Amino acid sequence: MIYQGKQKIWSDYQKELPSDGWFYVRSCIRQSFFPGSEKYFLEICRDLLGHDIYESPHHTTCGGIAYHSDTIPQETAMTIVARQFALMTEAGYKNLVTSCITSFGNYTEILETWREYPELEARIRENLWKATRREFEKPEYLAHASDLVHKFRAEIGERAVHRLVDVRTGEPLRIVEHIGCHYSKMFPHKGIGGAEYPCVLSGMVESWGGEVIDYPERRHCCGFGFRQYLVKANRGYSVSNTHKKFESMEPYHPDAIITNCPGCPYFLDRWQYVISEQTGKTYGRGGYGIPVLTYEELAGLVLGYDPWDLGLQLHQVAVEPLLDKMGVDYDPDAKYLGLNKKDILRPGLPTVLKCC
Amino acid sequence: MENKNVLVIGGGIAGMEAARRLLQLGCEPVIVEQSDHLGGHVAGWHKLFPDMMSAPELVEQMAAGLDGVTVYYRTRVANMNRLGSGYSVMLSNGMSLQCGAVLISTGFRLFDASKKEEYGYGVYDHVVTNSDLEAWFGGAPDDRIPDSPARVAFVHCVGSRDLKAGNPQCSKVCCMTAIKQAIEMKEKFPSAEVWCFYMDLRLFGKKYEDFYIAAQRDHGIHFVRGRVSEVSEDIHGHVVLKAEDTLAGTPVKLNADLLVLMAGMLCNDDTQGLARMVHADVDSDGFMRSRDNIYRINESNRPGIFFAGACTGTKTVPETVAEARAAALDIYNYLNGRD
Repeated sequence: MIYQGKQKIWSDYQKELPSDGWFYVRSCIRQSFFPGSEKYFLEICRDLLGHDIYESPHHTTCGGIAYHSDTIPQETAMTIVARQFALMTEAGYKNLVTSCITSFGNYTEILETWREYPELEARIRENLWKATRREFEKPEYLAHASDLVHKFRAEIGERAVHRLVDVRTGEPLRIVEHIGCHYSKMFPHKGIGGAEYPCVLSGMVESWGGEVIDYPERRHCCGFGFRQYLVKANRGYSVSNTHKKFESMEPYHPDAIITNCPGCPYFLDRWQYVISEQTGKTYGRGGYGIPVLTYEELAGLVLGYDPWDLGLQLHQVAVEPLLDKMGVDYDPDAKYLGLNKKDILRPGLPTVLKCC
Repeated sequence: MENKNVLVIGGGIAGMEAARRLLQLGCEPVIVEQSDHLGGHVAGWHKLFPDMMSAPELVEQMAAGLDGVTVYYRTRVANMNRLGSGYSVMLSNGMSLQCGAVLISTGFRLFDASKKEEYGYGVYDHVVTNSDLEAWFGGAPDDRIPDSPARVAFVHCVGSRDLKAGNPQCSKVCCMTAIKQAIEMKEKFPSAEVWCFYMDLRLFGKKYEDFYIAAQRDHGIHFVRGRVSEVSEDIHGHVVLKAEDTLAGTPVKLNADLLVLMAGMLCNDDTQGLARMVHADVDSDGFMRSRDNIYRINESNRPGIFFAGACTGTKTVPETVAEARAAALDIYNYLNGRD
């Protein structure tokens, strides 16, 4: 692998982004899957680093999940997005940052479609006015939240309590990065690093001391793929895609996987349990799986936040092997204590996949 | 002839052959070449299909006919103006010329294979282009090419017939070059498997089909109709190709020790600038526009400005040589007042 070759490509796909003045829109599913991630995006970028990021309680789903599942037409998704833009405009913000990769792809696709077909934009404006009496400005900058964490990666690195280094050996941790399909595969120039060798996550990993693994099935879908999972009869495809990725990354012995999509970490995490039950195989050392983290969770660990506050106890694959490598202090007994130390009960244990 | 001077812009095989013929016809050609050698791309090639003629020997043979022709190396045309019935030309080396006619034989450039990012040229350790492989055949060392590859893959049409790459035209020579190079690799490494991934095989020339049949029948080279969608690298440094076999209707995944990308032909970067300078037209494909593409392919829309070779589009070596000879005759007739 010629690293300079990648650097040359990355130089063609850089994104100019302001540090402040962002209107944040959440994912419709991440708070269920990884409840700490969005909270800690705001905690880190807004409260710790002091950047101006605003969130309105009135915002909704972007409609992307329904659009990509073929349950609503694009015009409906456009009108939902137009309302989000109206909320941004009303709040006095000009830049929009999305938590979800599919939202980012959805917003990008809509803005590009309007650029190509202004008459469609006019119709959507009319729809929104008739339905809500709202008007909107289009965002000057559109970013995915991982773009901003990538932008702030050095600031986070300066405050690092733990680095992506195995404290027992001093070796960098080996991290697989997995980019959501809707980040840059549709519009390569909208993603940092482009579509083939995106560097939005690898840039974070390297800044925080880790080593990025590039393996043959790096670009392959995580297994969610919307219809692969949402249509129940297709779920075998979903698992087989995930299985293909794990078989491909296995020889590199990754310490963790970092993702920037709502679906990817969920499927890469949960399907490890299913694969282990179906085949008896696990991909981490000693019967464990490979921990799968969102970039916010990984940033949170680097910054020294408590792993249970970050919501890591809700992962299927145990994160403790990673915490031990990073030298993160944690209280095993507090793992399943929720808000106000309320016991949130322990999950049933898999028969094969080792969990702490 | 009032002014026998003919400026030949570009010292590739088109410029060389035209200059040689112009000299024989009593003209005084002057070659302006931007590099430090004659022969253009062919000078860096090893063997030419279909006869497997040595490319450097061909260039040498052509150069032998240029005694008496002035050649300015590392030189470009800085400025050119119409003056009377000819052209006044200023060169980048400070020389000025008065010419009765100008031949543009600036050739082409190879598509930069790194722009097809999915193929990993410049990123993965064992990915080369047709041009790199030809230089290696000619003796240039190349660390990317393993000592004894077990499997070699060729991808046709890299940057040709590719709207996304901004290059819709067929490069014409790549299918045959791939087959020629596949056979040469098989001859060098008889135990290696060789695979060619193609969109169409455009084997229109004399003996081309024979080559294709021999590649399959005599050398056991595998041909898969399907574009490669992505290339990656495994832990052992092998390149991993994913493609669709459109005849079998199935996805294909192949590990190879070497991947060869058949980079296509593009118009030269300076075509627009040169065209502006001489007030010639540029065609929709970026190459120089001939008066027509059937009967007056050597002629521009400007008096005394002629074309030869790949500056007007992708050409094979025999086509280029034939065009160069035709252009020399056209120029001779033009200088003698004949249509």
